[in-house]
Amino acid sequence: MKINKVKKIAAFSLIAASLLVSSACSNENASSDEKGKKEEISITFRSGGGTNKGLQDWLQKEVIPEFEKEHPNAKIKLAPLNVSEGDYFAKIALMLKSKNTAPDLVTEDTFMVNSDASAGYLESIDDKVEDWEDWGKFTENVKKGVIAEDGKVYGVPYNTDSRGIWYNKDLFAKAGLPVPWEPKTWEDILEAARTIKAKLSDDVVPIWMNSGKATGEATSMQTFEMLLYGTKTPLYDFDAKKWIVKSDGLVNTFKFIDTVYEEDLGPELSQVLNGQGGSVAYQQLMPKGKLAMGIDGIWQTGNWQETGAAPWPKAFETLGFAPMPTENGDAPGSVTMSGGWAFSIPKNSGNKDLAWEFIKFASSKEKNLSLLLRDRSLTPRDDVAQDPEYQKIPMFEEATDLLQDAQFRPAVDKYPNVSTQIQSLVEDVVTDKLSPSEAAKKYQENVTDIVGKENVMTK
Amino acid sequence: MQTNAELSPANEIKEKKKKDHILLRSILFLLPSWIILLVFFVGPILLTFYFAFTNLSLTGSQAKSLEFIGFQNFTTMFQDPNFRISMLNTIVFLLFSAVVGQQVLGFILAVLMKERNKSFRRIIGIIVIAGWVTPEIVVAFCWVTFLSDNGTLNMIFQFIGLKPVAWLFTFPMVSVVIANIWHGTAFSMLVFQASLDDVPKSVEEAAKIDGASRLQILLKIVLPMVKGSIVTNMILVTLQTLGVFTLIFAMTGGGPGTDTQTLPIFMYNQAFVNYQLGYGTAISLILLLIGIVSSLIYMKYLKVKI
Repeated sequence: MKINKVKKIAAFSLIAASLLVSSACSNENASSDEKGKKEEISITFRSGGGTNKGLQDWLQKEVIPEFEKEHPNAKIKLAPLNVSEGDYFAKIALMLKSKNTAPDLVTEDTFMVNSDASAGYLESIDDKVEDWEDWGKFTENVKKGVIAEDGKVYGVPYNTDSRGIWYNKDLFAKAGLPVPWEPKTWEDILEAARTIKAKLSDDVVPIWMNSGKATGEATSMQTFEMLLYGTKTPLYDFDAKKWIVKSDGLVNTFKFIDTVYEEDLGPELSQVLNGQGGSVAYQQLMPKGKLAMGIDGIWQTGNWQETGAAPWPKAFETLGFAPMPTENGDAPGSVTMSGGWAFSIPKNSGNKDLAWEFIKFASSKEKNLSLLLRDRSLTPRDDVAQDPEYQKIPMFEEATDLLQDAQFRPAVDKYPNVSTQIQSLVEDVVTDKLSPSEAAKKYQENVTDIVGKENVMTK
Repeated sequence: MQTNAELSPANEIKEKKKKDHILLRSILFLLPSWIILLVFFVGPILLTFYFAFTNLSLTGSQAKSLEFIGFQNFTTMFQDPNFRISMLNTIVFLLFSAVVGQQVLGFILAVLMKERNKSFRRIIGIIVIAGWVTPEIVVAFCWVTFLSDNGTLNMIFQFIGLKPVAWLFTFPMVSVVIANIWHGTAFSMLVFQASLDDVPKSVEEAAKIDGASRLQILLKIVLPMVKGSIVTNMILVTLQTLGVFTLIFAMTGGGPGTDTQTLPIFMYNQAFVNYQLGYGTAISLILLLIGIVSSLIYMKYLKVKI
């Protein structure tokens, strides 16, 4: 009897399971049959752990319903990827390769646009933006991010950003440091960190910089490049069209990073070398008053707003956003790296026209403003930047001011590969596998291997 | 059956027809699995051979123009210090977690459980096998929560007044080795249990009468008799461990730095982090080669035919 019962249950669940599977299949069939009636496009972006929460809410609650109302035949499907930042780019590259897996619309970090465009994964929208009057309202500087080496446009930016040093005014005051704090050189940053370490309790982390492979591009851009572009030598010489693989700037950049960890001014390695490092720093330590300084982007404010991952009403009274100084205080005095994200249409997109309609709809002045009110990045549109509502967002004035001297990552073919080299070398330095000068030497070797001997120079 | 009956020519033909029929039928039934093997197993292996000699890239202009570059991936690999580090890590991981850890522990467990009462065997067996049936990714998460900064182990440490240790950062290789031993020991235990049960009691009893101690019986009599299964087990465990990716990737991501970067992690990093699919494929070929060579060495050195 008992066995029979078990068997019956097993048989039923087996049938139920197979029915489920087959119904899932037939569902898909149905939707492709109806394609003629209803046009469906999918949008892929990165999600998970509070990432892009603003973007997702904006799409789901605002843009998609309104767009579908205007285009009754259209159906927009969200296809978020819940992966880490580094994995996102590999995953979309794999997806874009095939017609079967490519989404109809994809969000791209602008540093990948050139690379994916050169790989033939993206559709040029040159002729489309030409007939679009709004295109002229986009900030020229930001547009550069979506233009590939072939001179064509491959995406419409929906945000941009700037980076600086977040610092906790309360902690600074407690340690006897000046508020507002205006560091003039790298040494000022280190001095402030040393003071905090000496004066405040042990559980306060003086300075947080993304330093590992797990944090991917954040390590390259928020840490390494923010430092390197404050020296006299950037990554790439645009006049000579060559990568600078040997310079004092490189050595000094590695030295700064090394000093922070040698003198124990940074967080525990187990925290910072973790993929979740960023959220530990800005969703936990900073709101709890356990982090004094952090080099990171303006978008971190998104965490602290009411609807954010770590609401912190007092954030904007407690925190300051100081410009990152150059190495020795040389002109222009401060430096920021700027990046941002864009909507792109894959070459394998099933419905490029509808995708373009959607991009236009989502990139209007009104829609872009409402995205940035949720997402807390900077706007790529000049007209939004002048909107009073936008200017009221706390800290945005400072962040937008920084954009004047903003530097951009070289939009050349091998940048993504060089960037991963940077990440692993930075991790090697902080874990004491390499000394700063060894790391600089390794950088020269590895980057030369990647881009080829004819494309490098030393300074 | 028919063996006793006289075989007339007519019968012979009938027999042959029947044999043909069976052959045809078995081919027909095997065909689906052959096709699946060909398409999903042999095909990718051949493709791997091809891609290992190209500059196949995940993104960038190279992704568009696939070029045959000969042995360049392999020359880069052998000059790459990271490859040497990964190779060394792989050997350390293999040696301590599989060849020594899982096998010795599995053998000891099997010996201790031999001829104990049934419920004892059953309870211990279930506990050990629980580690084995747990999916690798779950094992990784269990160990991460056990060893992490605020993990169980550190809580115990703090409770008894010791300073917490960042285990995954201070002892990364030890951590993944222990996790892998925990995960894989049951397999060796099962193999050894089966082979120990095959050792005839009479041999052991004879040795006992001749005055051999228990240790002598174990080392000089039982061990040589189960040598065959030791080799088989060694090969299986080696091949399983060579390919371990999930456990290490989820626990340490190959870090800190390159401390736990074994060949599979190195391969993944080159293919999907540095976007060099061709190079990654070349590394996977080397991994395959290491598996084959180590199996051959075991068989030759231990002089066992399988």
